[in-house]
Amino acid sequence: MTTSSVPATARPAVSPLRPFLALARAEVVRLLRNRAYLIPALMLPMLFFALWGLPNASGKLSGVNAGQYMLVSYAAYSLITTAMYGFGVAVASERSSGWWRQLRIAPVSPVAVFGAKITASLVMGLLSFSALCLFAGLVGHVWLSAPLFLSVLFRLLLGMVPFALLGLALGLLVGPDAAGGVANLISLPMLFASGIFIPLEVAPDFVKTIAPYLPAYHYGQLGWSALGAVQGAEWVHWAWLAGYSAAFLLIARWAAGRAETRR
Amino acid sequence: MNDVVCFEGVSQRFGPVAALSDLDLELKAGQLSALLGPNGAGKTTAIDLMLGLSQPTSGTVRVLGADPRKPSTRSGIGAMLQDINVPAGLSVRELVGLYAALYPQPMTVGKALSLAGLTEQARQRVSGLSGGQKRRLSFALAVVGQPRLLLLDEPTAAMDVQGRAAFWQGIAELREAGCTVLLTTHMLEEVDRAADRVIVLNKGKVVADGTPNSVRERVGLSRVRFVSTLSAAQLHALPGAETLDIGQAGQASFSTRTPETLVRAALSAAPELSNLEVTRASLEDAFLSLTNDQLPAPAAAVSA
Repeated sequence: MTTSSVPATARPAVSPLRPFLALARAEVVRLLRNRAYLIPALMLPMLFFALWGLPNASGKLSGVNAGQYMLVSYAAYSLITTAMYGFGVAVASERSSGWWRQLRIAPVSPVAVFGAKITASLVMGLLSFSALCLFAGLVGHVWLSAPLFLSVLFRLLLGMVPFALLGLALGLLVGPDAAGGVANLISLPMLFASGIFIPLEVAPDFVKTIAPYLPAYHYGQLGWSALGAVQGAEWVHWAWLAGYSAAFLLIARWAAGRAETRR
Repeated sequence: MNDVVCFEGVSQRFGPVAALSDLDLELKAGQLSALLGPNGAGKTTAIDLMLGLSQPTSGTVRVLGADPRKPSTRSGIGAMLQDINVPAGLSVRELVGLYAALYPQPMTVGKALSLAGLTEQARQRVSGLSGGQKRRLSFALAVVGQPRLLLLDEPTAAMDVQGRAAFWQGIAELREAGCTVLLTTHMLEEVDRAADRVIVLNKGKVVADGTPNSVRERVGLSRVRFVSTLSAAQLHALPGAETLDIGQAGQASFSTRTPETLVRAALSAAPELSNLEVTRASLEDAFLSLTNDQLPAPAAAVSA
């Protein structure tokens, strides 16, 4: 240990990689140990697929195999909730806890802190998508080929961004205690109205009218387009998601500033 | 430029409220200073500024010769904040190890745990710790980065006697290694024993600054205790009392600047009084006198 007198120069900051890896590892460990969150998050999509996907697995939806179509639907549901709750709401509630203050006084950049959270959400997304695909294959003989698996995975992981920001904005707006409930209130109707819980082909007319304005609709379209179920240009859906991301980011920043001045 | 902390003309306003006004303050390397003051005096505001958590409305704050808002400066600072809600799901060892990875030259996790008296709890989940153990965990987080400046906000609150003893033992070891320490506390006896320097803040201003002894002497208070048959009204009528506590069975305890006058008056009013005791006031008496706005400010304490 060095002794007494204060050198004029400060010690160098840590390279950003080591704190990022330590934080990301800790986030993943916490995630895997949190069974109250992990088990329902993995099981519910499987349950929904077993109830609604398996009985219709051999039919056709939007011109493609209905089993694969609904596998993508419930994967979309799973990753939307992971992004909204596992990232957004969790970050908003941790932010108001003392732990983030403790991190702010350490010589670590916020990029590493957020990067670790994002990494954990991506790991969780990968885990739940893989588990659902395995379940669909083993139980229902609904398999995605490896290129298809990767193509759907890429779209669904990248498309999580607006939902993560939505959860964050909600958490910051209504506070950590109410955030979970409000997120439910928004995500469940949105999932029903976007064709993710019920295919749009069998949905009521007013749902068909509002669906194209919802982020979850465009998210679903991106997933299904990997299967060839969607006609039209894909970039339109990416553009909608990017627009929603920007809007939710602005709301989250505004809410964060508001929360800061109220402290 | 040997000051670990240097405030020059620092003011901090929150809307219409001035939490700190035109504060000058230097902390010398190796000192253990106690920052005292009633709630709302500006202690936590001053610590937040040293940690780079906020920026002063005016004036400059330098810590370790640099701006504390820069990450490279913060790598030399460790702090124990008032309430940390540690993330659930990790063990004590894992959490301290995680925090160590954020610093360029941390001490070993084992060393930090032993300084904080948490070696036995290393494998325990952080969510299962008691209130006092959580304070010790907070201490382990504060020291694991091997800071040159340690800022401790209410470190011993909620600690039991053993916890406090382990804490002061840890502080002594860090000071031997040359660490500068600033703490806030309401436990004035601990301050009297351990601090090199006491800085008393009131309403955002320094009202006294010096060794515990010199602060006490500057206030010039004594404590007078005796047992008598005098009524409460008669006790209150005695001259020169600043504060009066009336206890069981005729016990009375005064703080006063003029003990001779008070004792003379008490003896003539109650010749039978017994158990007379005149002592130099405690640091707590001095502190109350310095921060009590009802009383006239002691002239000598204004110089700081």
